Amino acid sequence: MRKIKIIVEKCNGCEECLSSCLFSAIKIENKRVRILDNCNLCGACIDACPFEAIVLEKEKTLVDLSSYRGVWIFVEQRKGEIMPVTYELLGMGRTLANDLGEELSGVLLGSHMKGKAEELLNYDLEKIYLIEDPLLESYRTHLYTQVIVDLVNHKKPEIILMGATSLGRDLAPRVATRLQTGLTADCTGLEIDKKERNLIQTRPALGGNIMARIISPYHRPQMATVRPKVMKRARPGHSKKAEIIEIEPKVSQDNEVVKIISLIREEKEAVDLQGAEIIVSGGRGLGKPENFSLIRKLADLLGGAVGASRAVVDADWIQPYHQVGQTGKTVQPKLYIACGISGAIQHQVGMRTSEVIVAINKDPEAPIFNIATYGIVEDLHKFLPVLIEKLEKRGKS
Amino acid sequence: MNIIVCIKQVPDTEQLQKVKVDPQTNTLVREGVPGIINPFDENAIEEALRLKEKKGGKVNVLSMGPSQAAESLRKALAMGVDEAVLLSDRLFAGSDTLATSYTLAMAIKRIGPFDLILLGKQAIDGDTAQVGPGLAEWLNLPQITYARKIEVNEDKIRVERVLEDVFEVVESPLPVVVTVTKDINEPRYPSLRGLIRAKAEKISTWTAEDLPLDKRRIGLEGSPTQVIKVFIPKPPRKGDILSGEISQVVDKLILEIEKRSII
Repeated sequence: MRKIKIIVEKCNGCEECLSSCLFSAIKIENKRVRILDNCNLCGACIDACPFEAIVLEKEKTLVDLSSYRGVWIFVEQRKGEIMPVTYELLGMGRTLANDLGEELSGVLLGSHMKGKAEELLNYDLEKIYLIEDPLLESYRTHLYTQVIVDLVNHKKPEIILMGATSLGRDLAPRVATRLQTGLTADCTGLEIDKKERNLIQTRPALGGNIMARIISPYHRPQMATVRPKVMKRARPGHSKKAEIIEIEPKVSQDNEVVKIISLIREEKEAVDLQGAEIIVSGGRGLGKPENFSLIRKLADLLGGAVGASRAVVDADWIQPYHQVGQTGKTVQPKLYIACGISGAIQHQVGMRTSEVIVAINKDPEAPIFNIATYGIVEDLHKFLPVLIEKLEKRGKS
Repeated sequence: MNIIVCIKQVPDTEQLQKVKVDPQTNTLVREGVPGIINPFDENAIEEALRLKEKKGGKVNVLSMGPSQAAESLRKALAMGVDEAVLLSDRLFAGSDTLATSYTLAMAIKRIGPFDLILLGKQAIDGDTAQVGPGLAEWLNLPQITYARKIEVNEDKIRVERVLEDVFEVVESPLPVVVTVTKDINEPRYPSLRGLIRAKAEKISTWTAEDLPLDKRRIGLEGSPTQVIKVFIPKPPRKGDILSGEISQVVDKLILEIEKRSII
């Protein structure tokens, strides 16, 4: 078992480590450092100790991990269309595979997907596993889990990446649990430790306040879901052709526990928030719910979607699907215009990776200005009408 | 119907933003940050209570964590759940989502027969959304994630799921594991009577000894993932403040956005 150990001879009780602990898991007793039960072995104290008196004791593995080879990406399709995150996984997966000197393979489940599999041949990968069955047409947790687990047990990849979409985050933990292996959610950075062949996974936690690096050193495959719109997309136009390997799935109607009854589409602009290239968001600074019309108008003019802060969603000014932030949606548009939003950390978490952030707020101290590309300290009720008017003129000319 | 709700106590991030980063060590000072019920788990408790009000039965709430997590269970009791169990043991410390879902699954087996397990879609500290599906797998049950509406008829459940671009209506036999979004309801505040009752109520604490656990599957040993480093992200970029007459500022802004070929 791993644990943090204090080398008593080196520790002089300087207390440097106390403030380095994010979890308040270090205590000084009788001038001796003691690690409390809530320590999660993050190792922050190891770096903080000026006397190298804190070490992480590691166990050694006896399991042979070398039989697992190659990088897999899950090709996400909905209604027969390949989802954009797939191309981001292809880009990232290529880099990881090259660093390992291994093959990159795509895994595609569906029905009548041969054409789409052939389109993927334009990308830089070695193999495409195509598993087709009418039962696999739409995503169903049980069936997809069964098919992927069977394939993993057969082919033994060392890394599997899936998009951190609603589908990927439903599927990956089920697969990882059945395989009894490690899974890291919603990664924003991935790299290979070439010496140990471990996948180093970086992800935000505590609402983006901290970042964590995570490895699964004693388990294979190493699994991660990858936050959409963070990794660079792979480019098509690759000449070396991958091989399509068709695999017969072992699925039957009996496995179909959860049945899809219907799909409901409503408020298109709202639910498209995550796909939008431009988002105009409103917060408390709007003053009253009716003023959301200004936000809608600006969004319409720019061909964008309407977002909102938690405060106005909680106040029932607008429906919850518009909410951007920690308990709402995470978005990454090309342009995010925050109007009358102070920018609490919970909001920032959901939008701070937008390409360009414009903040309009009359309070110059509003935290949103700390992350804005362009800040405008102005009353939005005066500013937005002028902006709308000028954009309208621009559109006509 | 019998419902088990799994909750997690998390640091109140509303408070966290007021906490300063120590410039010397570049770490967060978290001392004194209070623990709250994970907001999505509060929605799960509320939904369980509403289903109980309609269908009768019992609501159990279960949490794994340090002894302080009992506060969150007490709040759940005050909201109206019938029984609360805390899983607390030094041996559980350092559990990742695989070990956590295993331990919860074992505790659920001890609690006894149930029709429905509810959880929030994810916890706001770890944000993994992995414990719900993991739990379903350990219990060999179907799972339905991201619920915004739940209807129970006889031995079937119908759920509306929130996906990126659409809502999906699915049906499943019971028992099933369902994770909920905040769209599903507005959690109630505990009533005065509830608060008084919760104070008197006993919270059962179970340790590793109380469960038929495989010790290799719990805590650090049962956790394939290891956190090797925690760090504070780079401070966010600070941009330009555009100032001047409104009309000039608007022109400047439009120009900047045009330059970047966004519009």
